[in-house]
Amino acid sequence: MRASRLVSLAAGALLALTLTVSVLLLRCIDTVRSGAPLEEVLYVSSPKVLKRMSLGYDGLLADIYWTRAVQYFGGKHHSGVKRYDLLAPLLEITTQLDPHLLVAYEYGANFLAPAPPLGAGMPERAIALQEFGIRNNPDDWHLYYNEGFVYYTELNDYAKAADAFARGARRPHAHPFLAVMAGRMAEHAGDLQMARMMWSTTYDTTRDKSVKANAAAHLRALQVDEDVTVLEQINNRYHQMTGRFAGSFGELASAGLLRGTPLDPLGHPYKLMPDGRVEVRHPDDLPFIQKGTPPDYTPPPVPKILPTD
Amino acid sequence: MSSRVFNIAFNTFREAVRDRVLYNLVAFALLMTGAAILVGQISIEIERLVVVNLGLTAVSLFGMVIAIFIGIGLVSKEIEKRTLYTVLSRPVRRWEFIVGKFFGLAGTLIVNSVCMAVGVFAALFYVSRHFQSADGWVLVGLYFIILQFLIVTSLTLLFSSFSSPLLSAVFAFSLFVIGSFSEDLRGFASMTRGISKWLATAAAYLVPNFSALNVISSVAHQNSVSGQLIVYNTAYALFYATMALSGAVLIFERRNLK
Repeated sequence: MRASRLVSLAAGALLALTLTVSVLLLRCIDTVRSGAPLEEVLYVSSPKVLKRMSLGYDGLLADIYWTRAVQYFGGKHHSGVKRYDLLAPLLEITTQLDPHLLVAYEYGANFLAPAPPLGAGMPERAIALQEFGIRNNPDDWHLYYNEGFVYYTELNDYAKAADAFARGARRPHAHPFLAVMAGRMAEHAGDLQMARMMWSTTYDTTRDKSVKANAAAHLRALQVDEDVTVLEQINNRYHQMTGRFAGSFGELASAGLLRGTPLDPLGHPYKLMPDGRVEVRHPDDLPFIQKGTPPDYTPPPVPKILPTD
Repeated sequence: MSSRVFNIAFNTFREAVRDRVLYNLVAFALLMTGAAILVGQISIEIERLVVVNLGLTAVSLFGMVIAIFIGIGLVSKEIEKRTLYTVLSRPVRRWEFIVGKFFGLAGTLIVNSVCMAVGVFAALFYVSRHFQSADGWVLVGLYFIILQFLIVTSLTLLFSSFSSPLLSAVFAFSLFVIGSFSEDLRGFASMTRGISKWLATAAAYLVPNFSALNVISSVAHQNSVSGQLIVYNTAYALFYATMALSGAVLIFERRNLK
């Protein structure tokens, strides 16, 4: 009895010891191993082969591939890398395994289309993904909206954007803004109001916090661009009246050109520069702005998107 | 007659429980808990989908493994332990033995699946915080999985009635794989001509069509399943299982047990 207890104790101790040593050894092996990281391997590149290999459990495999795509994009995005070689194949495999996984189309477009560092800079692949989604889910208006959005924001192809919105507007339960956008696209393709309408629709229709935050950041940027344009015009008018630029917003208000100190969408007062320009106080908090930044301003490699609430 | 079949079935169920077959429920519970908690953190907007896909896939695969590995030993183990002779020396017919074994294993799998279904719905409630009427289709997916079990159980019994446990396992697993490709077999048949066409068509209709019984992905998307499909699948599974069971009885009735 005593001998058997001794053996049990020795075996238990040996088990714990070997387990600890094997973990430590594995960590040492990881430090000396060279070559491509594991995530850069697609393993099986053919969606058809994968579908067959899944033995009918393709739904679960699609979920796994979707999670892999999210992790791949998130990891690359977080580390500021600008190449996303596996992103499009991962999304294509995901959607071919489960053509009804709508979330993969919506986020897929957001991951693929924008130029780095925000996305992979592959708008054509994003559109191909949406087209595949439309073929498999023809009644879902979101897919038409995503496609039109990519045509509008990334490719500036307003005719195709209008066509996508018009096709989407004919779907049952389509968001009423689709018909409005399709109609207005021809006349107001490049203007600020059109862009605001696009991002507002995204903001209103998405359920995801990160997409909402991104839309809110774009809406704030549009607001800043408009504010800065208007304020600089006012300052120019002051210059025409007095022969010099205003030193403060108070002077503009005293001249009856402004009601008070204007605030940016985050609630910070704008800065009036001696050369007549208008700047925001915290440009890093207002990504995507085209105007209102110091002349030597370099935006951070990964835009700072503030949460919506 | 029915009491003898029931007794054999009950003993088969009891033996499976004694063999700790239901311990797989612990692994299943851990899997579902892990999935429900982790997926929300590592993926986007697919918590519910993963719970249904992973839950039903696990129910199906765990059940398949149990059906095959328990099923292949149902006859051979009784012969090996010589308990079959004791059973057959009583007023028990050979076909009653086979049918009883079938119902015993099928019962084990149904109890196992029902316990797992409770786990799936608990995980579903955890990630969604409420149930929707469309969640009812998950039950249809589960029902189709049980129909698959009936077919696999009858097939393993058929193979174990004349073959060794190892070969029975290989045969049953191969048929499961081929059955999952039955739609492709039909596609292949439509592309060929002559004798190949006939052979491929015959093979496509002979192997069990598991792909028709797999609606996991569809119910995960809260799509409805037509009543017609439910009726046809039920009839198909029952007829196919009866066919395989009849084959098992035919072979076992003629088998020399000396």
